[in-house]
Parts: sequence; structure tokens; C-alpha cells
Amino acid sequence: MEEVLLEVRGVSLAFGGVRALTEVSFDVRSHEVRAIIGPNGAGKSSLLNVLNGVYHPQQGTIRFGAREFRDMDPHRAAALGIARTFQNIALFKGMTVLDNIMTGRNLKMRCNFLQQALWLGPARREELRHRRAAEEIIDFLEIQHIRRTPVGRLPYGLQKRVELGRALAAEPRLLLLDEPMAGMNLEEKRDMCRFVLDVNDQFGTAIVLIEHDMGVVMDISDRVVVLDYGRKIADDVPDQIKKSQAVIDAYLGVAH
Amino acid sequence: MLYREAGQFKSSYAEDQQIFPIRQDRIGIALLLVVAFAVVPLVGNQYWLGALITPFLIFALAALGLNILTGYAGQLSLGTAAFMAVGAFMAYNFVLRMPWLGVIPSFILAGLCAAAVGIVFGLPSLRIKGFYLAVATLACQFFVLWALQKFGWFTNYSSSGVVTAQRIEIFGYAFVTPAQKYLLTLVIVAVMALAAKNLMRSETGRAFMAVRDMDVAASVIGIPMMKTKLLAFAISSFYCGVAGALHAFCYLGTVEPEAYSLDLSFRILFMVIIGGAGSILGSFLGAAFITLFPIFLNLASGWLHVVTGIEISHATLSNLELIIFGGLIIFFLIVEPAGLARLWQITKEKLRLWPFPH
Amino acid sequence: MQLAFFIEVLAGGLLAGVMYALVALGFVLIYKASGVFNFAQGAMVFFAALTYVSLAERGWNLWLALVVTLVVMIVLGVATERIVLRPLVNQPQITLFMATIGLTFVLEGLSQLIWGSQPHGLELGIPDVPMEWLSQKWNINISQFDLFAAFVAGVLVAVLGVFFQKTRIGRALRAVADDHQAALAVGIPLQHIWAIVWAVAGFVALVAGLMWGVRNGVQFALTFVALKALPVLLIGGFESIPGAILGGLIIGATEKLAEVYVGPMVGGGIESWFAYVVALLFLLVRPEGLFGEKHIDRV
Repeated sequence: MEEVLLEVRGVSLAFGGVRALTEVSFDVRSHEVRAIIGPNGAGKSSLLNVLNGVYHPQQGTIRFGAREFRDMDPHRAAALGIARTFQNIALFKGMTVLDNIMTGRNLKMRCNFLQQALWLGPARREELRHRRAAEEIIDFLEIQHIRRTPVGRLPYGLQKRVELGRALAAEPRLLLLDEPMAGMNLEEKRDMCRFVLDVNDQFGTAIVLIEHDMGVVMDISDRVVVLDYGRKIADDVPDQIKKSQAVIDAYLGVAH
Repeated sequence: MLYREAGQFKSSYAEDQQIFPIRQDRIGIALLLVVAFAVVPLVGNQYWLGALITPFLIFALAALGLNILTGYAGQLSLGTAAFMAVGAFMAYNFVLRMPWLGVIPSFILAGLCAAAVGIVFGLPSLRIKGFYLAVATLACQFFVLWALQKFGWFTNYSSSGVVTAQRIEIFGYAFVTPAQKYLLTLVIVAVMALAAKNLMRSETGRAFMAVRDMDVAASVIGIPMMKTKLLAFAISSFYCGVAGALHAFCYLGTVEPEAYSLDLSFRILFMVIIGGAGSILGSFLGAAFITLFPIFLNLASGWLHVVTGIEISHATLSNLELIIFGGLIIFFLIVEPAGLARLWQITKEKLRLWPFPH
Repeated sequence: MQLAFFIEVLAGGLLAGVMYALVALGFVLIYKASGVFNFAQGAMVFFAALTYVSLAERGWNLWLALVVTLVVMIVLGVATERIVLRPLVNQPQITLFMATIGLTFVLEGLSQLIWGSQPHGLELGIPDVPMEWLSQKWNINISQFDLFAAFVAGVLVAVLGVFFQKTRIGRALRAVADDHQAALAVGIPLQHIWAIVWAVAGFVALVAGLMWGVRNGVQFALTFVALKALPVLLIGGFESIPGAILGGLIIGATEKLAEVYVGPMVGGGIESWFAYVVALLFLLVRPEGLFGEKHIDRV
């Protein structure tokens, strides 16, 4: 039984009159792959946004590692080792693939701007060291051939891969993936699944992912959380989720 | 045929990270530097040096500063001339009141003063974006100019409001002739351009571009918004401040507020747009274009007079200049919004294949 | 007497603010309907005023001159749409902004090339003298012309407000401002819409040009009224017609009051920057202006 890495307790989030999340609680163990599923509008992305501090919940707490937070902010989340990708791809379109992945290393860079301007020993060495780390990720994700291409010119599937690379560059303890397979064909999905599982295997990163493709969810997750209208309606291993009546009802839109 | 990369392999990341990875580029730059440092001062016509090439370098430096802020960091600023003015006036004052400092340290301090002003007027960028920010920078432009003219301390209480820039003497060696001033400007601009290039290809540059492209995402991955934006304003204003000091000492010879009007801010903005936003080379290309344009137009009208006997009055010529200039800006934006720098890149790519078509 | 003087300054400021708002209206129109920040608005004001006054001075019938100038401005608007805007559809806002700066230069050069660069005076029949009964009764001097300009601005705002909110074309304009491509996809004829908008903006520029021409004379410096209108836009928001009026009133009043009461303390000349600093401080509290649309960054 692995230790708990992340614990969400009683989180409620509302935008004006719209209740996005109501009293959601669950936990994530280190090294596990946790899926969050649910019909559209269930609050999945909002939950992810709460986890890395983009939204602030009105109620509830988040415990990450040893520390408990009422309010996370994105900068602190990044510093703590939480990285994420976004549904609508939040890459820096004007920069190359390599540069985008290098930005993921920014919290590990120590040299100040004067050292960088003069390109002295420490700045040079640091840049090359992080270049090496970025190249390892590029190898891992098999995107060597596009490393100097401006990201804005890449097809959708490759952009998603680059975004994953940028998140990995931060060497996170927890990786939040918002629909990483959206808009991909079968081959691309298989590749992405392979990468996600490899990340979990090789780097031991805990992964929380939102996904609509049930096949993928059942295949790669250890445990699943199901949301509907902002509430948690199931929290179990994939086999049990498949059989749960509540989940089936939610997806088929049975009135409740 | 000439511009082939075949055989030039990079076997280390260090080699790959060079500013000029292609050997032909390195040779080209070396030649350019030799010409600039050794040939031009010896061969150059004193008039052209003083009236054309030195100001080109100075405006290129200011364009570089603005490019860092607007092209790389995405913060639109219309107050460039104000920062140059701060640099010019403070350089004058440092040399006047603390002559033991020396000229170069005075320039650096003047640049730092401009950077401080830049930080103050950059604070709104934490809350305001886009055009709202651009218009807010106009506040900086107008206020700074007013303050420099209103408070006599800046001009040492000169009755005319205009002061003469002092003689430049570094370690006993005087920089008086146009050729000497050109060399001094060249050295300073070259060093600062190199520093800028280094900065922009390091983490600082990446942070700037991240803020430009999607600042919400940038803060999510850990890039500090306030520090990054203020740093952009500070560095940019420093460059503009030094450019202003050079402008007063090595070009105009006087320190006058009228030289740093809104008009100049726009001119430098055009250098950045036409040259290419987000490109160091672009700043130089844009500055060259804008500096040479009136000369070219004058020559053209002179040639027209010689060939066809048609005389264009001075007033008409300046109106035509406005129209053609405006038209060129629109033309450039339609045809190549990424500016001359992009055109140069495309040329190089074509050169790689030359003489083959594809 | 202090109170009377204060009211006089305040009223003068408010009315000056209305004049600023007149120019700001042109900006708002174009921004609201095409998402373009038209820096050339000041040059358009100048061009319109210069054309009218030059025709009038050549002995043309005043109403004819007015109509012809209006036609010229409409042609100008259509030409701008064809030559400048159409090739730049869907470019980022900043590119379009730069293009309007280029347009400014073209217009400035063109105006002076055609009509010459001497200053002209402009008369519209309403004298710039204080309202008699106000100055007799309460010793407050408020110019008749200022009041007339305020009235004109009021009518203009009402007409434009109705136009945008109630008519089909107005709705189409708002759609276009939001998203060019989406508007195209729904079948809104982008080019026609833009031509209409720029023509209307030209009309507004003409009105502003006439008012300012009487006040300051028709000369090159008229192009700088655009710079005065910018702080108004900052306060009122770039997309709001009532915002332009309200912003104008605020800027006009504070600027005039500062000029009279604060100016002497710092040696005068603060009009060049005071409005901007006021707007800047305002923005720090409300980054999109009073009525500007909140810019939400979705990730």
C-alpha cells in the first residue's frame, strides 16, 4: 500500500451561482495512475485547475506531501512538483519545441540575468546541463526531428506531445493531464498511452488524468474517480467502475 | 554552392548553441566586424560617419532595447524616447557633477537611471495589457519629458534649456572627431548587442517569450510574472538609456528635450516592426532602413530633377515622404509582418539551395 | 466668488471633456466593430476639417461643402477597408494597429499635399462667447459654442447607441468585433460591414473636426487631438460609447481643475501628461476601464 501523495478533502467550487464542484474528496497515492472521468460539464477540468491553483475553492483543503493548503497558487504548485498539461494546449506558439521544453526547466535554473548576458562559465554550464536534460525528454518522446520547429506549425497530436514534454521537464512528483488523448487517432493514442505508462514506470511520477476514452481509462489507470454535476459518484478500481450502476446512469443521462 | 552546411556536424550541445552555427555565417560576421572596425574609420567620409552611420548604430541600440521589451516580452511601449532622454540628461549630469567617474561609468549609471524609470513605469504592466498598456506608456513619455524640461537641475539651470554635451575623454584619450565617436559607439553597441543575444537565448529570453505568448501558462509552469515583466522593462530601458547618452554625446553634441519627442518613440517602434520583432538582427536592419529612407528619397528626387527637369518643392517632398513612408509600413505589414529579419532568413534558406531551385 | 469661479472651471472642463469624447467616439466605433485600434482617427479628423474648410474658403456653398466632405470621408473609409484592412484579415491586433499608424502618415501627407499646410479659421455661426444670462446673473462664463458642441455630441451618442443596440447592422458589427472568422462563418459580409463602420467613423471624424476646428483652428496640430482622446478611452473602455462620454467628462474636468488649482504649484504645463496619469491610476483599479469588456484568459 503506497503512501498518499495528494489528498483532496471536501473541496467545493462555485462561480457566482454555478456550482462547479461540491464536497469532492479523494486521494492519490505516489506512483499511481488515477483517472478522473465523467460526462461533459461534470467539473473535471475545474478540479484539475483547483489542484494546481488556477482556481481557488470556496471550501475544502488540499494536502500535498506533508503540507496542507487552503489556497494553492500556480507558482507554488509548480515549485512543489506539480506539473500539468491543458485541454486546449497552452504551449508558447512563438518558440521552438526545444525552447518550450527548456522553459519547463525554469525553476531549476539558478543563474541570474547578468551571468546569462555575459555567458560566463556558470551560465554556460547551466544552460548546457539543462539542454542535456531537455534532450533526454526529446529522445523519450521521439520528437528529435522537430526540435527546432516553431510549435505553432506542428500538427495537433505533436503539440500535445510537446506539452507533455514541457511538463516532464520540470521532473514533477505529480503530473496532471487534461485530456491528453483528445483529438488523436488510434496510433497517436497508443503512442501517448505508452508515454504515459513509461513516465509512470521510469520516473515514478504519480499521474492524474482526465480522459473520455473508456478503453484507455480501463487499460492504464490504477484507480478511477467519477464525477457528475460536480459531485463524486464513484471511486474505485476500473473493474468495479465498469459495473457500477451509478456510473452507467450518469453517462446515459438517467434523470436524477 | 557557396552556402552549404554539408560536412558541418555538431558533436556537442555547446557547438549547437553557438550564435552562428554555420561556418559561412561566422566568416561573414568576422568580415563585417573587420570592415566596421578597421576599414570604415579609415576610409569613411567624415560627414557620412557623423550624420548617417553613427546615428544608425545609436538608433539600432535603442531599437534593440525596444525589441527586448516589445518583440521578445510582448509589452507594447510607446515611451522609448523618454528613456533615451533620461539616459542623455543623466549622462550629462553625471559627467558634470562627478567628473572623476569617467565617461563610460557615467553612461552605465545613466542607463541604470533609465532602468529605474523603466521599472516604475513598467509596474502598470502587472495589471494592464495590450493597447491599454501602450497608451499608459504614453504617460511615461509625456511626464518624463515635462519633468526634464521643468526642473532646471537637469539642465544645470541653463537659460536656453539646451546644454552642450561634454568632451569625451577616456583614460586621457579624447574622442572628438566623427571617426573617433563612431568607433566608441561601435564598440559599445557591439558589446551590448552581444549581451542582448546571450540574454535572449538563455532562460531570461525564454521567460520573456513565454510571457509574450501566453502569460497565464507561463505562470503556471513557474515563471514569475512580476519579476519577468519588470526585468524586461529594466533591461530595455537600460539599453534605451545608453542609446540616449550616446545620442547626446556622440551624435547631436547637445542635450535637448525636443529631440526625444513622441515622434522618436514612433520611429523606433517602426524600426522594430519593419526590422522584425523578436530579432536582434532585425533591430539593426530596421534602424538601417529608417535611417536611410529620407536620404534615399532625397537622392531620388535629385535624380528625378536631373533626368526629367521636374523640381519637387521641399514641402511637397516632405509630404511625399510621409505618404510613401506610411505606405511602406502598410506594405510591409501585409507582405511580411515578421519584417526584414524574416526576409533575410528566407534569403539564407534560398542561398542554401542556390544555384538549384529546390 | 470662489464658488462661481470653481463652477466655471468645472463646467469648462466638462465641456472640454465632451469635445475629447467626440474624438474618442470615432475610436470606439472602429474598435467595437472591427477590433482595430485606429490610430489614424486624429488624422481623419484633420483631413475632414481641412477638406471642408478648404472647400468653404473657395466659395462653395457651406451645405454642399459639408456633403462633399462627407462623401470624401466615406470614400476614404471604403478605400481603407479595401487597401489596408482586407489583406490583414485575422492578423493580430497589434499588426492592425501598426497599419493604422502607417495610415496616419499617409493621411497627414495627403491632406497637406492636396490642400497645403497653412492654418485656417473655421466658423459655424455660433460664436465662442459666454452665455449672457449666466454671466450676467451669476458671473459664470460658459461658452455658447461649448454648449452647442455638447448638444451635438449628445445627439451623436444617442443615434450611435440606438444604431448598435437595436439595428441588425449594429448587431452584425458587434459580432465582427468579437471574432472575424466566426462572423464570416455565419455569413456576415465582412467587407461591407467594415466599409460601413469606417464610413461612419469618418462621419464622426468630420463632426469632431468641425467642432475642434472652430475651437482651435484647422491646422496640423489638430491631429494631436487624438492623443488627447486616448486617456478618455483608457477610462471609458475601448468598446463603450457611454464610456467614451463618461471618460471624456472625467478627463476634461480633472484636467481643467488640475490646470487651474494644481498647475501653479508645480510651475504649470501639466496638461501634457496629467490626463494620462489620471487614466493610468484609474486603470490600476479597473484594468479594462469603466465599461470595457473584461479580458478573460482561458487556459
